[in-house]
Amino acid sequence: MAAPTTSPSLPPALADAVRDDASLRRFLHGLPGVDQVGVEQRAAGLGTRSIKKASKMWAIDTAISMVDLTTLEGADTHGKVRSLAAKARRPDPERADVPKVAAVCVYPDMVETAVKELEGTGINIASVATAFPSGRSSLKVKLEDTAYAVDAGATEIDMVIDRGAFLSGRFGQVFDEIVQVKHACGDAHLKVILETGELATYDNVRRASWLGLLAGGDFIKTSTGKVSPAATLPVTHVMLQAVRDWHAQTGQRRGVKPAGGIRTTKDAIKYLVAVHEVAGPEWLTADLFRFGASTLLNDLLMQRRTQLEGHYSGPDYVTVD
Amino acid sequence: MWEYAPAPESRDIANLKPNYRMFIDGQFVEGAGEPLKTVNPGTEEVLAEVSTAAPADVDKAVKAARRAYDRVWGRMPGSERAKYIFRIARLIQERGRELAVLESLDNGKPIKESRDVDVPTAAAHFFYHAGWADKLGYAGYGPDPRPLGVAGQVIPWNFPLMMAAWKIAPALACGNTVVLKPAETTPLTALVLAEIIQQADLPPGVVNILAGAGDVGAAVTSHPDVDKVAFTGSTEVGKIIQRQLAGTGRKLTLELGGKAANIVFDDAPLDQAVEGIVNGIFFNQGHVCCAGSRLLVQESVADELLEKLHARVSTLRVGDPLDKNTDVGAINSREQLTKIQQLVETGDAEGAERWTSACPLPDKGFYFAPTVFSNVSQAMRIAREEIFGPVLSVLTFRTPDEAVAKANNTPYGLSAGIWTEKGSRILWAAQKMRAGVVWANTFNRFDPTAPFGGYQESGFGREGGRTGLEAYLDV
Repeated sequence: MAAPTTSPSLPPALADAVRDDASLRRFLHGLPGVDQVGVEQRAAGLGTRSIKKASKMWAIDTAISMVDLTTLEGADTHGKVRSLAAKARRPDPERADVPKVAAVCVYPDMVETAVKELEGTGINIASVATAFPSGRSSLKVKLEDTAYAVDAGATEIDMVIDRGAFLSGRFGQVFDEIVQVKHACGDAHLKVILETGELATYDNVRRASWLGLLAGGDFIKTSTGKVSPAATLPVTHVMLQAVRDWHAQTGQRRGVKPAGGIRTTKDAIKYLVAVHEVAGPEWLTADLFRFGASTLLNDLLMQRRTQLEGHYSGPDYVTVD
Repeated sequence: MWEYAPAPESRDIANLKPNYRMFIDGQFVEGAGEPLKTVNPGTEEVLAEVSTAAPADVDKAVKAARRAYDRVWGRMPGSERAKYIFRIARLIQERGRELAVLESLDNGKPIKESRDVDVPTAAAHFFYHAGWADKLGYAGYGPDPRPLGVAGQVIPWNFPLMMAAWKIAPALACGNTVVLKPAETTPLTALVLAEIIQQADLPPGVVNILAGAGDVGAAVTSHPDVDKVAFTGSTEVGKIIQRQLAGTGRKLTLELGGKAANIVFDDAPLDQAVEGIVNGIFFNQGHVCCAGSRLLVQESVADELLEKLHARVSTLRVGDPLDKNTDVGAINSREQLTKIQQLVETGDAEGAERWTSACPLPDKGFYFAPTVFSNVSQAMRIAREEIFGPVLSVLTFRTPDEAVAKANNTPYGLSAGIWTEKGSRILWAAQKMRAGVVWANTFNRFDPTAPFGGYQESGFGREGGRTGLEAYLDV
């Protein structure tokens, strides 16, 4: 395994964990289990928090600033990406005080267009890579895919893990791939997509989260958005626990990105409450938490107007893209 | 920092009235006792004045219950009784918000608990027992089990409406009539339940609700024409009642104190165990007879668990019971607050290590910050006595046998919790536990189908489930 070079600052216990395949397996299987009933009960309980007035306004603006505005369709064109970039720069044309989104997320061949459109805005350009969404290709192709996006100017790479390898217990292979993709990223930030909908159990989500963190992922991300279920609150709880525990052991803060299925302000606020109370208030920043979403942004904008104007205006008053 | 703005539920929903009267023989009446003032523990303001019973009122209520039993309720077919009980259940749901807000005002518990636990569970008990009313012949107590007659019931202040439901629903389903006395500090929701019972058109005298202090309770439990006594409250009072009833032939069930152990093995799902510990001791400010007030944690994971626990408890929001984001509300009375403070001082004096959440507390009202004692030994008072407040005692163990021995080393035996991912260990430990309720990988979950009750000084008799019917049948 090509391990320790990526995380030189790992404490001894964690450095040991990635020494070889067997150590990695022992470590991941030694993590405390996740009780399904318990984590779902906790997620539902926290979901009843009532966020009103100034705290709601703050949450809406913070959520907007955390959006990775995404288009990942076979039908994507340069025109589509250009208009998405325009939306990212100025989410609500009538209100200049609306924060910009965190990033625009596209396929590698669209990165160049996005870079051109977003130059000088401070908005990140994220690109999916590594044979997204299935990850079913050779390592060589995955690394080429990554390099292609990075060379075109992507500042963030959203890679997918090899779920087949993970589910058949070849943790070392998954680990190595992440390490090598991280290397190919250079200065670009790496988000590791676990595709939790395919991992099926919370225990697996916890193991995959640690695997992603050990291999040097800057973010762990729930889903591609192409598999149902995509992001859920309990899964995000488990991942937030992982980055919290990672911080407790290493002193480093890593990020979490739920993606897919978060469409309303109400949902987004539930996620922010979870970030606040499970990981901690330090995670309430776009550096450590993102929403992978496309339709969410417009609901946030509509709710923002409702807060400011005292009445609901409707979808015709925000731009479709 | 993200501060949640206050999100208070409107107190107008409670329909609070300046005066509340007792309910006897289908009528709201003034009692001849000295009226009591009930206080909002969250603010210390007086909520309402409640008329209380004198001995003559207790007699009147028991007579009304006897009459209703002899003439109507005792001979009514179960299928007819069920209709009334279903109606009560539905009316509780319809007036759920009103009851929840009133409960939080009078008791101090957070609105999210009264709204999501107390009121729904109260309704569930009526629904569940309504279903039994015409099926008692299939409950395993013979082909046609008979009711006992008049039930005298006295309930505590920690779950005022829910306890009333636990008492009244099975009594009515089995064909008994009821004289119930709610606690002195929390009479309001029981008296609104009386309104609901009137709304449901129950025959007069089937349910009578008296307010007052311990003397009224004593008059109810010792009344010679009461056939069955059910009491939930302190072990001390339970013993007095048991002495009074000895030799009278009257039936008795007691649900008393507890000092439950929550056992966390080293292979437990730790994050969920932390949630369960928090729910076990900080739910309802720890005013729960089955609270998991003793945490027994395996030494190999004790430090890690304690660290996680402190972090989690620090996020608990203590304050205004009506705020929808409050996790821990107000201590029910000044008297109880003083008792908690005294016991906590003995913990300090006996050398336990005290950790208190740094959460801000309101200036007015009765509040106590969540507290965790570590390095506790079995010999300390905080490990042996029921604190009935948001105070957790943490002890450690090395082997499963030691865990069981320590868990059972108490005169109580109401509940226990077991946390492990290993199924065989759950079954093994549950069999060894001398406790009426054993939760595995969860805590403080209540369901009308599951019998609830204790061992030893935690009382006897069961409430809920098929087993719970026995307490109200002549078997």
